[in-house]
Amino acid sequence: MSDDAVEVRDVVVRYGATTAVDGVSLTVPRGRVFALLGHNGAGKTSLLQVCEGFRAASEGACRVLGLDPIRDHDELMPRLGIMLQSGGMYPWATASELLHLFASFSANPIDPGTLMDRLGLHKTAKTRYRRLSGGEQQRLSLAVALVGRPELVFLDEPTAGMDTEARHTTWQLIEELRADGVSVLLTTHLLDEAERLADDVVIMREGRVAATGTPAQLTAAAGIDHLEVRAEAGLKPEVPFKVTEATPGEYTIAGTLDAAAIASVLAWFAREGAQVTAVNTRRRTLEDVYLALTAEQLTTGKAGAGR
Amino acid sequence: MTTFAPAPARNTTKAILRSQIRMELLLTARRGEAVVLAMGVPLLVLLGAGLTHVTNVPGGDRLAYVVPGVLALTVMSTAFTGQAITTGYERSYGVLKRLGASPLSRPGLLFAKTAAVLALIVLQLVVLAAVGVAVGWHPHVTQILPALGVTVLATTAYSGLALLLASVLKPETTTGLATLIYVLMLAAGGIMFAAPGGVSEFLPLAAHAEALRATLSHDQPVPLGSWASLSVWAAVCVVAAAKKFRWE
Repeated sequence: MSDDAVEVRDVVVRYGATTAVDGVSLTVPRGRVFALLGHNGAGKTSLLQVCEGFRAASEGACRVLGLDPIRDHDELMPRLGIMLQSGGMYPWATASELLHLFASFSANPIDPGTLMDRLGLHKTAKTRYRRLSGGEQQRLSLAVALVGRPELVFLDEPTAGMDTEARHTTWQLIEELRADGVSVLLTTHLLDEAERLADDVVIMREGRVAATGTPAQLTAAAGIDHLEVRAEAGLKPEVPFKVTEATPGEYTIAGTLDAAAIASVLAWFAREGAQVTAVNTRRRTLEDVYLALTAEQLTTGKAGAGR
Repeated sequence: MTTFAPAPARNTTKAILRSQIRMELLLTARRGEAVVLAMGVPLLVLLGAGLTHVTNVPGGDRLAYVVPGVLALTVMSTAFTGQAITTGYERSYGVLKRLGASPLSRPGLLFAKTAAVLALIVLQLVVLAAVGVAVGWHPHVTQILPALGVTVLATTAYSGLALLLASVLKPETTTGLATLIYVLMLAAGGIMFAAPGGVSEFLPLAAHAEALRATLSHDQPVPLGSWASLSVWAAVCVVAAAKKFRWE
């Protein structure tokens, strides 16, 4: 048995004729922040629900902290912190009552007052759940997930509906979780969130893993760096990369561009005796990788580092 | 500071259940319509039909007929109507799913809900019986055990039916249907006046009310028909609820 936080092998989730998750395998190591990135409908939440024991996988296997999320449900739950995408709380109970309820399920919970202060919820302690704003409901849900000092937390779209300030507070909190040794599996469709927080990213598309790696590996492996060269118009560079001349004299060369590749491209311009007046390189962000991977015209097979 | 350093530990089952039962009762007390349904309507029926002659009841002793009927009605309103409505909404709000995935666990949640419903029923019955005695009802205390027996059986049947409805219907539909059934039973279930012939053998409310009248008001054993009817209802409803129950 592995000591990983989560191990998913060839998991398939079907709802009737629809296949939401189509053969996903991934490993979440302990003490890291792992992000499932994808559009709505990419299968992120369905996969998370299998890990949380809410849903049985139609095929494949899932182990969480070495346990079976359904068969070992009652043994596993005290060790997990679960934040649902929405709801899950009594609308007529106050924020404080709800957090105290979940705290009381644990033998040595984090002090609810401290947690409410940390998440900026102290002013809403006496407010009933249904009167909280969307962002406040999310923060309370996060507090509930953390109050029992879990080993592993599942956060489904943790910052959805939060304003910028709350989002940054939440990000700091997640970084603190990692520093304290908590394993985190989160879903998001926010690229800056994944890039900022995640040690490992899995990009999901139509129920499959489209790419996996650290944010740096993904941006490097996607092969979509840009080299922009300004020279006279109408040249036809003979280089093994995709070249576009969007405006006359402005060439964009796209591909996996390491130093040698950039040198060979510039060497072609030199051999042609071109008047090069500007050179600019751009390393792509996770956003570009994501857009490239999830664009319709690209096939998943071509798109890089999937295991 | 290592605020979040992992140290998960489940609290004792007793502490967890106590906490959840307290929350269930707190939320019930907080819902105005639940309190009216639980105490207001039965009290009104007890005093209205028991002390005035607005309806015709069988036999000479109005209270001997009306008070047991009101007790049976109260059990139905809490175990069936109230429970169906709250469970339906809690399912749609994701509360059942969320609490089932906490250290409380699913069996713990069902246990806490049942305990809260039973506690509420006991409280209601004690208050209503006391009001009944205060206005002149003379129950036979020696028959308390068979009366409790049929009450537990009726509660089981109602709870099963409530969880079944809440699992197969949308919460709005559950609320509408559970309220409609309550009103129909209140009007024609043999509480304020005698039910149409034959009904008592089939409906749990009438069977329960008949059994309480026989025991508490008339010092008689529970009619066999009541035992049979309530047993069948309990068995069918619990089996159906166990098969169809949905957490989300």
